[in-house]
Amino acid sequence: MKATLAIQRGSPGEPPRIETFEVGFEPGQSVLDGLRRLRAEADPSLAFRFSCINANACKECMMLIDGQVGYACTARLKEGVTALAPLPKKALIRDLVSEIAPPDERL
Amino acid sequence: MTLKQTGRLTDTPTHIETDVLVIGSGAAGMYAALEAAKAGAAVVLADRSLIGRGGATVMAQMTVAAALGEQTPDHWEHHLSDTLGAGRGLCDERLAALLCEDGPRRLREMDGWKVGWAREDGHIKQAQAPGHDRPRCAYVDFLATGPAVSRTLRSRLIAAGGVRRIGDLLIVDIAVRDGEACGATALHLPSGRIVTMAAKAVVIATGGLTGLYRRNSASSNMAGDGYALGLRAGAELIDMEFVQFFPIGHLAPRLVGMDPIMWDPFRYKLGGKLLNAQMREFEQDYATADGRSDGRYVLTRDLATYAITKEVEAGRGSPAGGAYLSFAHVPEAEIRGAFGPVVDRLAANGIDLARQPVEVAPIAHYHMGGLRVDQTLQTRVPGLYACGEAVGGANGANRLSGNAITEAFVFGARAGRSAALRASQSVADWQPEAAHAAIDLLRSATKRDAPNLAAIVVELKAIMADMAGPFRTEAKLRSAAEAIERLKAEVGGVPISSVATFDPVLVDWLDLRNMLLVAQSVIRPALARTESRGAHQREDFPTVDDTWSVNQTVALSNGEIQLGRSAVIAGRAAA
Repeated sequence: MKATLAIQRGSPGEPPRIETFEVGFEPGQSVLDGLRRLRAEADPSLAFRFSCINANACKECMMLIDGQVGYACTARLKEGVTALAPLPKKALIRDLVSEIAPPDERL
Repeated sequence: MTLKQTGRLTDTPTHIETDVLVIGSGAAGMYAALEAAKAGAAVVLADRSLIGRGGATVMAQMTVAAALGEQTPDHWEHHLSDTLGAGRGLCDERLAALLCEDGPRRLREMDGWKVGWAREDGHIKQAQAPGHDRPRCAYVDFLATGPAVSRTLRSRLIAAGGVRRIGDLLIVDIAVRDGEACGATALHLPSGRIVTMAAKAVVIATGGLTGLYRRNSASSNMAGDGYALGLRAGAELIDMEFVQFFPIGHLAPRLVGMDPIMWDPFRYKLGGKLLNAQMREFEQDYATADGRSDGRYVLTRDLATYAITKEVEAGRGSPAGGAYLSFAHVPEAEIRGAFGPVVDRLAANGIDLARQPVEVAPIAHYHMGGLRVDQTLQTRVPGLYACGEAVGGANGANRLSGNAITEAFVFGARAGRSAALRASQSVADWQPEAAHAAIDLLRSATKRDAPNLAAIVVELKAIMADMAGPFRTEAKLRSAAEAIERLKAEVGGVPISSVATFDPVLVDWLDLRNMLLVAQSVIRPALARTESRGAHQREDFPTVDDTWSVNQTVALSNGEIQLGRSAVIAGRAAA
């Protein structure tokens, strides 16, 4: 099966652009599985946060998935288009990465 | 090939001064930071991920072993005896004794900090886990031990003060001057800037190396950073050939939102059955080879891993390439009682245990090897300490279940205190030259046509899983060594960058620099050890050889790996 990921990319100060990727998947795989596969197969410069991969323990992969705040590691890939964007109320760092660290845990 | 400097790396580095720098914010790093601050040191706690989110601790869903004597009378010497037994003659007894003797104190300290150990009849409930002679393992219900530990320690850090916590900070190299650790050079991921840090003592708490393997139970950032940092700083590694595989890691159907090693406590409680493709129990077929068993299990972890691997090789594996784990013989109400709310999380993944088995297969779980330290947790590099899974020696050839979080607490606390003591006896004397090599390396990064490094990471993990996994032969290990050499050539000695901020390509390059060195540090001693012991199983040398009752060490000399041998340290340290 194929999923289409429409990903909002870019850095602060530049107009965001939507880039669209097709990625193969097995039923049950997560959006994070798809993003990791995209990096290895298509564009290694794509930036997104994750740490625990699978367990929903680190809570780092939070992003906007089809307009809703969610975790890429628990949202499932589906056929058709899935829109991904950084969290809207956090400062953008790049692509899907936003500043989610508490202020006193930053440099 | 286009060459272009990346902007931010050339900015003047940000400089930070502190007494103690702790690298890694799992349980070991957070405990080290707390103890160092308690001893009066100014502390920086740095993590490449967010504070308290990455590493292995947050993923640990199971138990914490200590001779609390709450469930049944116990003494730490009994715990030590089980730990040494599991280690198959290779434990550093000083470290193992420290773990077992100090464990109860740390678990009680955590209890006072309201971690929430499960209780029964007014006492801390201790479960019997494989390899222990009595119920010794505390836990937090249900599958919440690791997150509860992380949250508790982070809250203490915030409340205690004295620790500056900095996330998104990737340590590139330890700064060394006159053979002593004096700080570190780092890449700040969000800004893409270089950070230099002066510290009178540095503590490596970066966890293990299971991220080198395709299927593993740790976070993505646990790929042996600390071992490579230590090696390049002049420290020695020990027991690097011993990678623990957990036999029944979840394989299929795709399970999201849960740790892949979650099945063990349930299998233990409910007697889950391991079945092959013919839906036949096969563990008994492998039990005669070795009389040992783990309590209620037919086979120990290493033998269960062997049995599943052999069934798959014989064409009797499950569709995804493992074994079935079935609870279909257990009444539904009993499943609900044991799994609690986890039943609903499984249902969300389309899994109904009363009706269908799941597929499981061995998964890289823990590294017994690591940085060689003395009883103050200092490496052979003055000022450089290690704690938690990053340390080698305490668990020998095989770790007893429940010892990983205990060692994180105990070694973390001890390393933090030792580092603070050293800092209190030193004067600040930062020489920027100590960071020059690492700064030059980062500034040499270029955007250029290069192989996809994310794909090389995937390839490296496959090589390690297939050629340097739980069952090894000389031929497989040699082909792994050759493949690593080829990947090293592809990755090259000059960093690759793609963008100015949060650059995953530069991070992959820096990771591969570490991962390839650490992979070699596993393969070399694995090739040399021509016997099977604990987690190191050689199909071409299937039995224990008493002449191999020695530890192997790995060090770097002029950039080349040097293998050494060292008599096992028996006897205790003064606590």
